[in-house]
Amino acid sequence: MASESSYYVPEQSKLPIFATLGLFMIAFGAANWITGGSSYIFFTGALTMSAVLWFWFAAVIKENMAGLNSAQLKRSYVWGMGWFIFSEVMFFAAFFGALYYIRNFTVPWLGGEGDRGISNMLWEGFESSWPLYVTPDAAVHGETAKVMGPKDVIDPWHLPLWNTMILLTSSITVHFAHVFLKKNQRKNFNILLALTVALGGMFIFLQAKEYYEAYQHLGLTLESGIYGTTFFMLTGFHGAHVTLGTIMLLIMLLRSVIANHFKPDDHFGFEAASWYWHFVDVVWVGLFIFVYVLGA
Amino acid sequence: MAHGPQPGLKRWLYTTNHKDIGSMYLWFSFAMFLLGGCMALVIRAELFEPGLQIVQPEFFNQMTTMHGLIMVFGAVMPAFVGLANWMLPMMIGAPDMALPRMNNWSFWILPFAFAMLASTLFMEGGAPNFGWTFYAPLSTEYAPPSVTFFIFAIHIMGASSIMGAINIIATILNMRAPGMTLMKMPLFVWTWLITAYLLIAVMPVLAGVVTMMLMDIHFGTSFFSAAGGGDPVLFQHVFWFFGHPEVYIMILPAFGIISAIIPTFARKPLFGYSSMVYATAAIAFLSFIVWAHHMFTVGMPIAGELFFMYATMLIAVPTGVKIFNWVSTMFRGSMTFETPMLFAIAFIILFAIGGFSGLMLAIAPADFQYHDTYFVVAHFHYVLVPGAIFSITAGVYYWLPKWTGNMYSEVMGKVHFWLAFIGLNVTFFPMHFVGLAGMPRRIPDYALQFADFNQISSIGAFLFGAAQIVFLFNVVRTVMGGKKASDEVWDNPEGLEWTVPSPAPYHTFSTPPVIR
Repeated sequence: MASESSYYVPEQSKLPIFATLGLFMIAFGAANWITGGSSYIFFTGALTMSAVLWFWFAAVIKENMAGLNSAQLKRSYVWGMGWFIFSEVMFFAAFFGALYYIRNFTVPWLGGEGDRGISNMLWEGFESSWPLYVTPDAAVHGETAKVMGPKDVIDPWHLPLWNTMILLTSSITVHFAHVFLKKNQRKNFNILLALTVALGGMFIFLQAKEYYEAYQHLGLTLESGIYGTTFFMLTGFHGAHVTLGTIMLLIMLLRSVIANHFKPDDHFGFEAASWYWHFVDVVWVGLFIFVYVLGA
Repeated sequence: MAHGPQPGLKRWLYTTNHKDIGSMYLWFSFAMFLLGGCMALVIRAELFEPGLQIVQPEFFNQMTTMHGLIMVFGAVMPAFVGLANWMLPMMIGAPDMALPRMNNWSFWILPFAFAMLASTLFMEGGAPNFGWTFYAPLSTEYAPPSVTFFIFAIHIMGASSIMGAINIIATILNMRAPGMTLMKMPLFVWTWLITAYLLIAVMPVLAGVVTMMLMDIHFGTSFFSAAGGGDPVLFQHVFWFFGHPEVYIMILPAFGIISAIIPTFARKPLFGYSSMVYATAAIAFLSFIVWAHHMFTVGMPIAGELFFMYATMLIAVPTGVKIFNWVSTMFRGSMTFETPMLFAIAFIILFAIGGFSGLMLAIAPADFQYHDTYFVVAHFHYVLVPGAIFSITAGVYYWLPKWTGNMYSEVMGKVHFWLAFIGLNVTFFPMHFVGLAGMPRRIPDYALQFADFNQISSIGAFLFGAAQIVFLFNVVRTVMGGKKASDEVWDNPEGLEWTVPSPAPYHTFSTPPVIR
């Protein structure tokens, strides 16, 4: 609740209208590109958006350093980030929910089990299994099928296990970075934050390696039926979020090392990035259990 | 603190002021309301007689689809966000929205998103033609090429909604004046707090489902294709997990508006304030566990049919609490019937009719008869037109004197009300009958026995359309000038917004107001 005696009233800003233009060009350009047009609009939009984000964050940082931000406004940023992360949770929930539905209802039904097992009439010979090595299409049409299942799937106890340890460790390092920042031990803060960024980079590298294996040796691709679909969409969106989180933390590191930003009691930029990092970590634990371990 | 707005276009492009942004939202939504309305009139003109007269079936499908999308995402939702922008800071004693620059961004995305959506009408293969619910595989395998543009338009609309909702939550939770405890907040603030929560929870799910479509169409995934082990029914589950809370996103703020208007013109405090708050929260919670009542006929296990049937019927309880409280507020009140009150009372009666037909549809075995008929069309238009649209209209009349400093024409307001009231009932009531008799929705032609009621519906639709011109004229006239409104405007209304001058100053509160 507000406790300030007078209110901060913001000035006009050119940033959001350019953000709108950037976002629009990204969306329109992506649609244009995917449907066979040129990619120029998309990349112009992406460039515009990046520039806007740069100037927008620069403005917010400058305002904060100049002491313009009241405690109330800072709380608004905290609420904003918190609810943004909740919206991300719900985005992943849609894909986890799809995986749950496919595994527990669709595939058994297609295989003739359960309440709607009558669907099997359309796919005679298809048997329910997970991982889905033989798609309904392949069960009916054999070699001429359009959608073939994967030959094999990722073994959870090798690369994914390493990645689990990497991400869990990175959550711990970023937490202790925060502890050191609050104690104003800048050197330790920088070291632990750098370590977190390095672990993030390592995770992305191993994930890329895993994708390479899947595509090259296992026949596990985006197009290999519903197993590949759910596997790559879930891990892919997670990987994209890890990449974004790593970039966020890297920027925080550069801000700390180069510009000496953040004070022991005023560092929400870093804190928000670390919240985001914990969030992608939690999503990974869900992925490791439901996609890798229970999926193999 | 004296700096006012910049002159000219720059004021609107660069503004961070909640009133400017609120006005833009409202005008944009009205423009979309007229555009979506014109599409509805194309539909009604074609259905005036059996057979094909005016448009091709292909174009008819595009009209039903675009009408739904534009009304839901372009007219109703932005109108409520516009009202929230205008009123929330004033109601809780805040200087502005919590995140004013993001507020500007949330708004300006919308005209671009809808320009993109509307541009599909001119693309090869035409606009989306698969209904506003865009069920797969109609919207994936069999969709026109413009579906990709539709998907990205939905993506940025969703981004706009999520940012708008985050802003509203941050404003309500963080910007209340000292003493404005949660249970002192006006119900419009409460309902919007809960609506914003619903938005943040389900708009990402909508983004998820259109992403799955995009991947299925262009990148070879199998989400909605049984050949690869997927399931078109999965689409419906994910869509309606978004879609049912979305329905309440379009009605909860309406409850807030009605809860503001009824006490003012009944000259009694709102009956059962806290039960109103709890009922709103209960409706929001239930909205997450009833989605599959939209899909009773799709082939679900019987346990699913039963669960979703009973859960849906439960919603009648908190909704009944609300109706009871509004009626009790009016009971033995000193009622007068100014335009906002007329719309509010019509809201209660007609929304209740829509609620009752909803209860009928909730009965799974009966729904097999009603599914995809005009009965469903009648039902959801009864909750959306006299529900959402009437409450928005009531809110505009109620707060317009505060916004502009001028009184609207009461005579024109009443003419608008009666035209709209008669028009909508003439349009939608007969749809119950043709629906029960078996007329399917979304089809440009129909059997001869439905002709009479369809002609009546079409006449009503044009009447309802004409009523909106009176509305537009009345609002424009009030903005331009007219009788000055007092600061209180009405007879001793409750709320902080009536303690500031009319028109409300550009920056309402520069210091926190005192809350009694």
